[in-house]
Amino acid sequence: MKLVIAIVRPERANDVLAALHHADVRGVSISRVQGHGGELERVETYRGTTVAMSLNDKVRFEIAVSDDFCDPTIDALLEGARTGEVGDGKIFVVPLERAIRIRTGEADEAAVTPVAG
Amino acid sequence: MLAAAQVNAGDTAWMLVATALVLLMTPALGLFYAGFVRSKNTLNTFMMSVAALAVVTVSFAAVGYSLAFSDGNGFIGGLDHAFLRDVGFTPREGMTIPHLLFFAYQATFCIITAALISGAVVERMRFPAFLLFLLVWSVAVYPVLAHWVWGGGWLQERGTLDFAGGVPVEMASGFSALAAALVVRARKDYGRQALLPHNAVFILLGAGLLWFGWFGFNGGSGFGVGNASILAFTNTLLAPAATLVVWFTLDQLRDRKVTAVGAATAIVVGCVAITPAAGFLSPGFAMLLGAVAAVPSYFIILWRPRTRLDETLDVLAAHGTAGLVGILFIGFFAQASWNGVSDGLVFGNAGQLADQALAVLATPAYAFFGTFAILKGIGLLMPLRTSEHEESLGLDVVEHGEEAYATGEGAILLTQEDGARAAEVLQPVPVVP
Repeated sequence: MKLVIAIVRPERANDVLAALHHADVRGVSISRVQGHGGELERVETYRGTTVAMSLNDKVRFEIAVSDDFCDPTIDALLEGARTGEVGDGKIFVVPLERAIRIRTGEADEAAVTPVAG
Repeated sequence: MLAAAQVNAGDTAWMLVATALVLLMTPALGLFYAGFVRSKNTLNTFMMSVAALAVVTVSFAAVGYSLAFSDGNGFIGGLDHAFLRDVGFTPREGMTIPHLLFFAYQATFCIITAALISGAVVERMRFPAFLLFLLVWSVAVYPVLAHWVWGGGWLQERGTLDFAGGVPVEMASGFSALAAALVVRARKDYGRQALLPHNAVFILLGAGLLWFGWFGFNGGSGFGVGNASILAFTNTLLAPAATLVVWFTLDQLRDRKVTAVGAATAIVVGCVAITPAAGFLSPGFAMLLGAVAAVPSYFIILWRPRTRLDETLDVLAAHGTAGLVGILFIGFFAQASWNGVSDGLVFGNAGQLADQALAVLATPAYAFFGTFAILKGIGLLMPLRTSEHEESLGLDVVEHGEEAYATGEGAILLTQEDGARAAEVLQPVPVVP
């Protein structure tokens, strides 16, 4: 089992969700985060105050998958999130020690496999 | 008419207030529209209305007012009042308020009409292109239509009735919006993603402020405190209330839920419908008009998003359609015993309906083709739309370098030296060719 963490552009989040859906990956958590990935900073001006916005809004996906589903998940994330510009984000894959479905107590592979129907 | 040249204090006092009320409608519209867009386009959407306050006021004072309200031919006025020449304290013929105040009042109408069209192109039109559009449209389209019904033009000569702007304001903005949506084309995400209003409270508050301002819009269009003004003022209360009731009912029947965004829309539709008819209908028929006008607008708003037509904020449904219904309604239900001017078909004067029908044919055609040509022309000079990348970033940051909901997190203060450096080192926004 792997935990796939992806930081993507907020405006690509819907495309990522669509791509994951097509890849039959269910079970996704997202959160809004701010970060900096080397892209150019935006300069904003409010009256006399000029600021460089060093953090950009991003969306973080967390997806727990069985090993077989890891590559399709990564492919879907690349397809949905890539614009080719600096700031497209990162994908991190980390080993997942345990996973438990709270409703049933099912563990590990069974817990990250979508319920049929 | 010696007495007519006298300024009347009561009339003037009310018209000063009415002018300020109508001016408030433009920022109210900005708020209303801003609530409908995604949060990343809040400021740009609002700024399109603010831009009308800037550009249209100047252009209307320069030539727009003269083209609408000075002597000319049946189609357009002349340049006698260009740059407000001879627009002073002496009332216009047959009026009791200073000419200068009459100008200011009319200017506020042109401002909001131009701002209304922005609803068709929000979230993708470039701000500089929109500024140029405002300038040309407020000179080439609005004054012509205002001249037709109010400035001594051919519709007024025929006897077409338009109390507060069914022709130059409501149908003009609605059908111009249709043309603008066709030329500027759909947002890139339109039809692919759910594009939802980001703040329904803005929408409700904006609609409330619009209704408030509309008392000046309709109530002031009698240019005094006479019976027509009182009738128009009260009808502006009654008609939108009837629209709301019908809208609630339609919502309840369709989805078993009465929606807040629908209610805000209904307020606007009701105010629009009564606009041309406000001083011509009995209070009872005003309510009937409000009720009737809800139906076509309701179903167009349901149907339009299922098409490829991204007329984003449904200016055609809310303003074009409801304005058209209001103009036609006069032809049926105008009542000389209330308005002292003319009866409609129901009261034995079929000719009035014919005159109203003419306005309903000519106005949309002029507004649509005029706007279509203006935007095609501007499109030859400069891009009308932002790039897809900019569209996804949101136009607040791209066009204005500001955010509506800046948290300040990650904002690094630039000193003056930084500021000079910033222009070189930091690009405002990465632009994708």
